Amino acid sequence: MEADGDLLLRLRAGDERAFVTLVERYQEQMLRLATSFVPSRAVAEEVVQDTWLALLRGLDAFEGRSSLKTWLFSILVNQARTTGSREHRSVPVADPEPAVDPARFDASGSWADPPEHWVEAVESRVEAGKLADCIRELMDELPARQREVVILRDVEEMSSEEVCSVLAISDGNQRVLLHRGRSRLRQLFEDAFGGVR
Amino acid sequence: MRLLLRRDLVCQQAVELVTDYLEGALSRRARRRFEAHLAGCPHCTEYLAQMRETIRLTGRLEPEDLTPQQRDEFVELYRRWRSEQE
Repeated sequence: MEADGDLLLRLRAGDERAFVTLVERYQEQMLRLATSFVPSRAVAEEVVQDTWLALLRGLDAFEGRSSLKTWLFSILVNQARTTGSREHRSVPVADPEPAVDPARFDASGSWADPPEHWVEAVESRVEAGKLADCIRELMDELPARQREVVILRDVEEMSSEEVCSVLAISDGNQRVLLHRGRSRLRQLFEDAFGGVR
Repeated sequence: MRLLLRRDLVCQQAVELVTDYLEGALSRRARRRFEAHLAGCPHCTEYLAQMRETIRLTGRLEPEDLTPQQRDEFVELYRRWRSEQE
């Protein structure tokens, strides 16, 4: 896969195909991220288009202090926040949300209903092509704030610093949202694929 | 936090430490305690493996291809921008 930095060089040289390659690379997760800030898919699509236009217009000014990806997603989140009517509260962290349903532990805090095995089942029960769709569906079930962090950290594989900067959240909040998002996703995998021995 | 670390971890506490553990955000002491719990607890060991697998599966998502129509739209967006430049 061609590095973003090389695509950036080609893009600056006026290469249209470099632009399409970049769009192809990030469009889907940008759309998924934008959707969590704005009321509809149509508005999210507009936000994403505006983001690409802002990227093109900002090409000359981009100094490369952050990665292209971080810059792109930062523009997106800013555009989405400006457009979005959804209030984007900054305090999800105060509400307790255990990683695992407390009913699965006994009074001493030990597992009473231990995790069901599902890791092997995922690969054997789902065709490779359909696995991705399945993961997408499960991710869509996450609460928006958790999904945002999971997309940036685990799908786009950004560092925690980059995610904090893109979403303008503290490191503590980032980690709590990541923990809840991953924990919930693990449970969804268990629900979908568990119980097979 | 200190008081909690003096005791042995129970499973319900261990599952809340998984992300901090994977992020390298635990103190050495807390990390040792977490690993000591894992060593004696197959269920939490399985749980940690499942969290790792969750991360791995999410990380394997590849972008969907653009439809030909989307592709045309973006080419057009690019060309419109280019013509504004001139």
